[in-house]
Amino acid sequence: MPISRRQLMAAGAGLAAAGGLPTACGSDTGRADGGSGPRLSQWYHQYGEPGTRQAVERYAAAYRKARVRVEWRPGNYDQQTAAALLGSSGPDVFEVNGPTIEQIQGGQVADLTELIKDVKDDFHPAVLAPKTYEGRVWGIPQLVDTQLLYYRKSLLRAAGLRPPATLDALIDAARELTTKRAKGLFLGNDGGASALAGTPLYAAGLSLVTPGGTVGFDEPAAARTLGKLHRLYADKSLLLGAPTDWANPAAFAQGLTAMQWCGLWALPQIAKALGDDFGVLPFPPDGPAGRPAVPVGAWTAAVSARGGHREAAEAFVRWLWIERTDLQKDFALSYGFHIPARASLAATADRLRQGAAAEAVRFTEEHGFAQPLLWTAASQTAYLDALNRVIKEGADPGAQLRAVVRTAGAELRRVQKRR
Amino acid sequence: MGAARPSGAGTRRTRQRNHTLWFWTFVGPFVAGLTLFTYVPLAWSVYLSFFDAHNTVSPTEFTGLGNYTAMLGDGAFRSSLVTFAVFTAFIVPTTYVLALGLALAVNRLRAGRAFFRSVFFLPAACSYVVAAMIWKLSVFNGVRFGLANTVLGWFGAEPVAWLSATDPPWYWLVIVTVRLWLQTGFYMLLFLAGLQRVPVRLYEAAALDGARPGWQTFRHITFPALRATSVAVVLLLVVNAFQAFDEFYNLLSGTRGYPPYARPPLVYLYYTALGQGQDLGLGSAGAVILALVILVVTVVQARWTGLGRTEE
Repeated sequence: MPISRRQLMAAGAGLAAAGGLPTACGSDTGRADGGSGPRLSQWYHQYGEPGTRQAVERYAAAYRKARVRVEWRPGNYDQQTAAALLGSSGPDVFEVNGPTIEQIQGGQVADLTELIKDVKDDFHPAVLAPKTYEGRVWGIPQLVDTQLLYYRKSLLRAAGLRPPATLDALIDAARELTTKRAKGLFLGNDGGASALAGTPLYAAGLSLVTPGGTVGFDEPAAARTLGKLHRLYADKSLLLGAPTDWANPAAFAQGLTAMQWCGLWALPQIAKALGDDFGVLPFPPDGPAGRPAVPVGAWTAAVSARGGHREAAEAFVRWLWIERTDLQKDFALSYGFHIPARASLAATADRLRQGAAAEAVRFTEEHGFAQPLLWTAASQTAYLDALNRVIKEGADPGAQLRAVVRTAGAELRRVQKRR
Repeated sequence: MGAARPSGAGTRRTRQRNHTLWFWTFVGPFVAGLTLFTYVPLAWSVYLSFFDAHNTVSPTEFTGLGNYTAMLGDGAFRSSLVTFAVFTAFIVPTTYVLALGLALAVNRLRAGRAFFRSVFFLPAACSYVVAAMIWKLSVFNGVRFGLANTVLGWFGAEPVAWLSATDPPWYWLVIVTVRLWLQTGFYMLLFLAGLQRVPVRLYEAAALDGARPGWQTFRHITFPALRATSVAVVLLLVVNAFQAFDEFYNLLSGTRGYPPYARPPLVYLYYTALGQGQDLGLGSAGAVILALVILVVTVVQARWTGLGRTEE
């Protein structure tokens, strides 16, 4: 049967309408049956775990005092929020790795001290510290993430090794575990600079920024510890060029490496692949002042100071991230694998009370450190450049660190000079 | 006659008005878009570069040339400019020779010319990001089952961590091959168009004068006749090389940053100033410096090669 042009157009329009209806509903689920009041937009970065998006849309729909629309934003999330906060058309409520010192000083985020003041002590102090500036709190931690050293128990036992308790032992173990088919250790495809960042400094008993706001690694111990990391690279013990990077457990689960630096988020996948043939460790200490180090970070709820509905946005944050502990617990534990930001919730989580998960929780409590608020993007770039050259090119750590101390020192003076 | 003249002038005027109207109907939207999305941001960026513009696009603290001295005093930025000057010096002639060679080969074909033209042009339709991911994840991944390492394995060689190895710097092989694969076909097409415009009579005259086909004809007829195309190709290649971002970023960036080697100036600006850092004054100063470098190179090149000079 020949189809006339008109019939074709009609069919096309019908298809478009049929296709359009479900998409229109799909994109609006955030305020499907939500309450009345102002319209708020809430941004999340793209969580990898299935179900998270549906969960946050459910939370938003359950709120009655405003119509909250969830925006799920894949891609370079930190850059997206930074750009959106320049104008007034950005989100009202958003999660953020920071907020950064510049966002706080620039008046882009709202002061949330009043919201959190009654329950402040319930939050992990190491996590809350970088959200606090001059005694005021600028974000409510939603959950705590941490990174650890995963190791294969069977491979270490076969090589007659104990779980490494010092950096030197880790370097030796990585060398001995390296075979023709698998490497000893995976610290990321760049050799470890980006995955470890400041962790080795904390393991040497130092810090990125001192409590007094000065550079925390202007000491010989820093160069000594960072210099050791080059041995891992020079020994060819490091897995490099894996199809997935360190944040993904695939290389470890597939047996490409005997040990891997990875996030707590990967624990369920690793347990599924390897059963109980794995253990977790903090980054091992180095030197006489050394201590184990575990980086902790937190996705944090912040309120844009330039949005049109600041008070309504703050009320929503109070409802979701302070009052509704049931939703907070669901968010942290039902989809991915995170530690609830509040100690009282973490204590009631059965999943966190056994095996490697319990160890991880204990490490974050005993050895957790967070990247300081005053550590800026420029400092971080200078430091990672130096660490990269030390690890891969064997550059002189002392000379490299002196350049970083100059840059970071100037940055610290800059951010502390304002106001 | 006397009556006809003014009416003729009137028609001319109407036609002129119509011309103007149609000119702006077609050109207007384009000019408006160009002004709004290119020239205004450009001017704004130059304006920002003279201010301390942390996390704001309407700064108040004038700093004069402070951002420029800071940027030029930054060793990492200078080194990225030098790296990219070297990269340009390599990638431009290589792409040029390859594209010209392919064009000459395809142009000589008697059968299947359209097929090979399409095959060689096809990669140009692939996105830089997608190509970079394929190169990184399957062709040049560093474990033993990557494509390149599998081939090496047949000869008993150890797997190479292509993107992670700095000694020797194998990452350049990955970067250069992906760029060549992506862009050679496009420039081949430009050369093919150029080749088809070379008058056949020139070749006939040369043959009569006893020029041998092959190198002699190419050297004295084809190559000079392609001058206009060559100049345009080189110009585009140079600008492209300095603006590199996509495949570098997707091949080499990690979760928290970009290694300090093979770092394009734009990637460096993205990490220190224009991304999360939001030091927009400093970043704009860097962008202006980069634009000036491209401008100077282009002007020098145009002078040298006579860009836009009418032929003959």
